[in-house]
Amino acid sequence: MSTPGETGTEAWPLWEVFIRANRGLSHVHAGSLHAPDAEMALRNARDLYTRRNEGVSIWVAPATAFTTSDPDQKGAFFESPAGKNYRHAIYYTRAEGVKHL
Amino acid sequence: MSADHGLLDAHGEVSVDETVLSDEMLGTGRVAEPEVAEYAMRLGDDALILSQQLSWWVSRAPELEEDIALGNIALDLLGHARALLHFAGTATGRSEDDLAYWRDEPEFRNCWLVEQPGTDFGDMIARQLYFSAYQTQLYAALLSSGDPSIAAIAGKAEREVRYHLDHAVQWVLRLAGGTDESRERVIVSLNDMWPYVEELFADDALTESLEGIAARPSSLRAGFDETVGAVLAQAEIETPAAKPAMAGGRQGRHSTLLGYILAELQWLARRHPGAKW
Repeated sequence: MSTPGETGTEAWPLWEVFIRANRGLSHVHAGSLHAPDAEMALRNARDLYTRRNEGVSIWVAPATAFTTSDPDQKGAFFESPAGKNYRHAIYYTRAEGVKHL
Repeated sequence: MSADHGLLDAHGEVSVDETVLSDEMLGTGRVAEPEVAEYAMRLGDDALILSQQLSWWVSRAPELEEDIALGNIALDLLGHARALLHFAGTATGRSEDDLAYWRDEPEFRNCWLVEQPGTDFGDMIARQLYFSAYQTQLYAALLSSGDPSIAAIAGKAEREVRYHLDHAVQWVLRLAGGTDESRERVIVSLNDMWPYVEELFADDALTESLEGIAARPSSLRAGFDETVGAVLAQAEIETPAAKPAMAGGRQGRHSTLLGYILAELQWLARRHPGAKW
């Protein structure tokens, strides 16, 4: 990761921001932002993404820490589940006497 | 808006959706006693002038994210200024706008620190550190003010200025621990702003007469010294030793700097009285 200010033209590194709107919900990707370090990224996220009461918790992580699926390989990667009905457990009959299912 | 101003006509009819700003107006519905109004005006003018100064950074901050952070802080301060000046104005039948736009320098009660130029990032951050460290002590004390309007305004402001302080602290630490140049420059800034700190903690006849309503300025000094001392110690910077400036903002004696700030703040309202958008 580059150190801002080293060359005078260095941009701040990119961070991914996750916001949790309420207790009981998951953190959801809100967007990304630039910041010199993690602490400042958290504060920038507070200013950018929670100024209208959107969240109760924020996670930030360096964008470089994410490994993502390749959009061009979408077809093969997310192979069609058509004809694989067995993946959906809706054809099984429930055994007698099983409760709470 | 009258139609004879070419500059404004160039932009055609400008309208924005009505914004709900009443949330900012805490502690309304009461008429301030003259001394309390004078005190509220000191606090309100500090907030108004600093807000105006910080809004200079909108579109000029080093990164978009910092632009928004400074804009947020400026807007927080404007919210405090509105509530405080609204309350101050009730004593003399003036509105918040009357007080903001139609007073001249000698009628302003802001401290000299907020007048100081902050168009250098380090200067602005040093000013923010000192002023928000002071305001954090101030509003914490005013939570228990005997005046319900002042206490209500402090209730909102106290949380906001704690964030302003955090923002300034983060930046002082980073500038001090960054490159040789950033460290050297922030030390100069911290020293340059120091002479204007003393005025914030000066008691006078007004604050003495408002025992239980105003926060006694000198009582806030220990908390300020502790906060700022801890930050400077962490940054391994010596506490500045510069002598106090001859500041007299609370009595309406200002440096020439305030005139330029007010000119920019007030010209539109004075050029087009009653203008709306």
